[in-house]
Amino acid sequence: MTTITVQDVLHRRARLRPWEPLLWLAPFLVVAAFPGTSFLINQMAIMAVFAISLDLVLGYTGIMSLGHAAFFGMGAFAAGLFAKFVMPEPIVGLLFAMGVGGLTAFLCSFTILRGSELTVVMVTLGVSLILLEIGNYMTWLTGGADGLQGIMMGPVLGVFPFTFDGVTAAYYSLAILLVFLFICRRIVGSPFGNSLRAIRDNRLRAAAIGIDTHRRIVMGYTLAGAVAAAAGAVQTHSMSFVSLEAFSFEKSADVLLMVVIGGTGWLYGGVMGAVVFSGLHHVLSDLTPQYWTFWVGLFLVILMRVGRDRLIRPWTWFKTGGSHD
Amino acid sequence: MLTILFDGVAYGMLLFVLAIGLSVTLGLMNFINLAHGAFAMAGGYVTVLLMRHYGVPFLLCVPIAFVVTAAMGAVLERILYRAMYDKPALDQVLFSIGLAFIAVTIVDYSIGSSEQIIQLPQWLRGRTELVFGDHVLAMGHYRLLIIAVCIALTFVLQYILTRTRFGSRLRAAVDDQRVADGLGINVNVIFLSTFAVGSGLAGVGGALGSEVLGLDPTFPFKFMIYFLIVVAIGGTSSLSGPLLASLILGIADVTGKYYMPKLGSFIVYAVMIVILLWRPEGLFVKRGAR
Amino acid sequence: MTDELYVLSASGLSRRFGGLIAIDNVSLNLKKGARHALIGPNGAGKTTFVNLLTGVLRPSSGTILLNGDDITRLPVHKRSRRGLVRTFQINQLFESLTPLETLAIVISERAGLGTKLWRPLGADPSIARRCHELLEQLRLLDVMDRPTKQLPYGKRRQLEIAIALACDPKVLLLDEPVAGVPAGERSELLSIIASLPEDISILLIEHDMDLVFSFATGMTVLVNGSLLMEADPATVSNDPRVKEVYLGHGVPAAASTPIEVRYA
Repeated sequence: MTTITVQDVLHRRARLRPWEPLLWLAPFLVVAAFPGTSFLINQMAIMAVFAISLDLVLGYTGIMSLGHAAFFGMGAFAAGLFAKFVMPEPIVGLLFAMGVGGLTAFLCSFTILRGSELTVVMVTLGVSLILLEIGNYMTWLTGGADGLQGIMMGPVLGVFPFTFDGVTAAYYSLAILLVFLFICRRIVGSPFGNSLRAIRDNRLRAAAIGIDTHRRIVMGYTLAGAVAAAAGAVQTHSMSFVSLEAFSFEKSADVLLMVVIGGTGWLYGGVMGAVVFSGLHHVLSDLTPQYWTFWVGLFLVILMRVGRDRLIRPWTWFKTGGSHD
Repeated sequence: MLTILFDGVAYGMLLFVLAIGLSVTLGLMNFINLAHGAFAMAGGYVTVLLMRHYGVPFLLCVPIAFVVTAAMGAVLERILYRAMYDKPALDQVLFSIGLAFIAVTIVDYSIGSSEQIIQLPQWLRGRTELVFGDHVLAMGHYRLLIIAVCIALTFVLQYILTRTRFGSRLRAAVDDQRVADGLGINVNVIFLSTFAVGSGLAGVGGALGSEVLGLDPTFPFKFMIYFLIVVAIGGTSSLSGPLLASLILGIADVTGKYYMPKLGSFIVYAVMIVILLWRPEGLFVKRGAR
Repeated sequence: MTDELYVLSASGLSRRFGGLIAIDNVSLNLKKGARHALIGPNGAGKTTFVNLLTGVLRPSSGTILLNGDDITRLPVHKRSRRGLVRTFQINQLFESLTPLETLAIVISERAGLGTKLWRPLGADPSIARRCHELLEQLRLLDVMDRPTKQLPYGKRRQLEIAIALACDPKVLLLDEPVAGVPAGERSELLSIIASLPEDISILLIEHDMDLVFSFATGMTVLVNGSLLMEADPATVSNDPRVKEVYLGHGVPAAASTPIEVRYA
């Protein structure tokens, strides 16, 4: 085997598969053909971005976060407040929200560096609950139980106004999803992204080969926080509304579930999980509105009992060997 | 001030009884059971239903709650939990969250989502006041009962752990499961009985404390974080660890909610994070432990 | 000033766990290009000592100098970056990564690319070349694209060593490198170790004295956490105290028998 083959194998992971551009185009076509699906597609896209962000933390760095909604919420509120009091243009607001989310994650990252799995679960949960409590307390800022009212979104890039049918919102969130999908693919294929996988697999050895594990985790967590905040911001922009539900435990649990369904350590996993979960939620909510959580619970119990690996997941067929996209 | 302390102690003792099952389960089976609160909730609802529909006196409901939830725990351990012990932590977490979801929605569906109020018997509704100079210690009888029962349970647990054969087998299995197995200790039986007792104790806590804690379908998730805090700070290798952690937590929460009601549980979460940052392995890890 | 002669110098290292003294006042010095062995029966504290040297454990007392610099308080990853590299007695691998990915990551770290977010891993042809070199040297080319968890034990052990070599070590601590490897495959690994460049200083940790007999020019014997003696292999193997410690282990073969012949 020659050196060229070695390089080929390394590059194979980062290369775009032929079906990927088609996959990216599909939702846009769906929205164009069926404008009635805008809201659902919008929701799917938002959760997909959120799921990608959690996957960076969970799938790639191996940190089990039960409170990832903390950053989603920070982004959602940052975007809402920015639009309301500073500037109604969404893209600028998005960048601002990402900064806020990234900063929050940066500060929180020091809490997850040490300790057992239980400690990490706890601390992440605790942080999101604290933020929820603070949000509840500062009703003058967050609107409390009613949420932040009176957000008027300006046109995207000053050109595309948000319409009532939600089509602009759908295109907007899909575009953001694609941008982050692209960016995150580059990141996870980079030496940095791969070093996160090494940290996930064996932190002791990662340190032994010269990786400053703490610093890397902080970097990764900060990045993920920014992406989660972006998802929150897009939600606020799409709905011209934000409430404390963005910080809730349900949100954290939902996104965790999405990443697990779709498969961790594989960015498309989060996307698939978000699509399936949101889709199912949409369908089942019409049938049994209050008892969605029952079905989720039942599904979880069965899935975990049977074994995540043994359940047939068609989207895992696209995974190659041990390498992930 | 003294009264607040007293209330905090009562709350803390209650938390201890509620959370000790979780602590032992984690230490023994290395299983993060986020559905633990559901057993407590079950105990509370059993009590409510027995009192309301069958006129069973409050005090009798408590041991019944223990038996019922312990039985539930035993059954669930055997048919569901046992298969999950070797699975990765993420699977365990999601599994138990799923169980909790199911429990919550079943209760919501069958009984409704409003908070259940228990009519405490007459003799529990009074209070005794002790005066120390400028300070008044008002001891509600209900809370006195809680403290008394919990102290009694603590002694019973301590006795079982240190004086009985089962207790020493349990401690052996917690220390090193494989070695215990090799010594001929029936680890499965230990797991089952420990899980059952732990769940039963949670049921007792739920039954006893439903008036203090508030009983509605959101109970398991509302209090999950408290139980986890007790375990994370108090550790899983002793009784005294979770006991102390519960007391700290109980007092902090009651005090916090009294002086700064708007902030709610913020104090508790903040204390938890500070402690976990300072000692990531918990405050009470055995020195020289693995 | 004699410290400058030594690439690695550990003085008076001790480590206590509660009441248990695991390492008691052990000193060890390695010259540049050393081929030194640290031997002792199982439970003597050899791996604990390596953990102290590499920073996995903090010493209760004592100092460690690397090329004259005090590294006693330095974290693990910084020691590694300075060239103090080790292998683990029990494989510490990245189970879901392939050998190629593993080595590419290590080499990229060494090249200072570890924090680069954008260019793909291994985009630099020199990295691919170095990966190829190591994979070839350690006979891993045929499994380079399989996840580590699927590899047989022998290959995993080879990868364990490949990782250490990819770190571009100046001082290499090999903790029982052939542990668990079937006799037939041992000679391969040992000959790779024997053929490492001369400017790398090697400390080989072993409990089997025979294995290191031809390799080492010096031996340090560790028993129950204390230094028993330090001398050349012949002296060590003939020492009555050492023989006693290895009771039942058998008398090591004569110094003239090369390893290759024994394990052919």
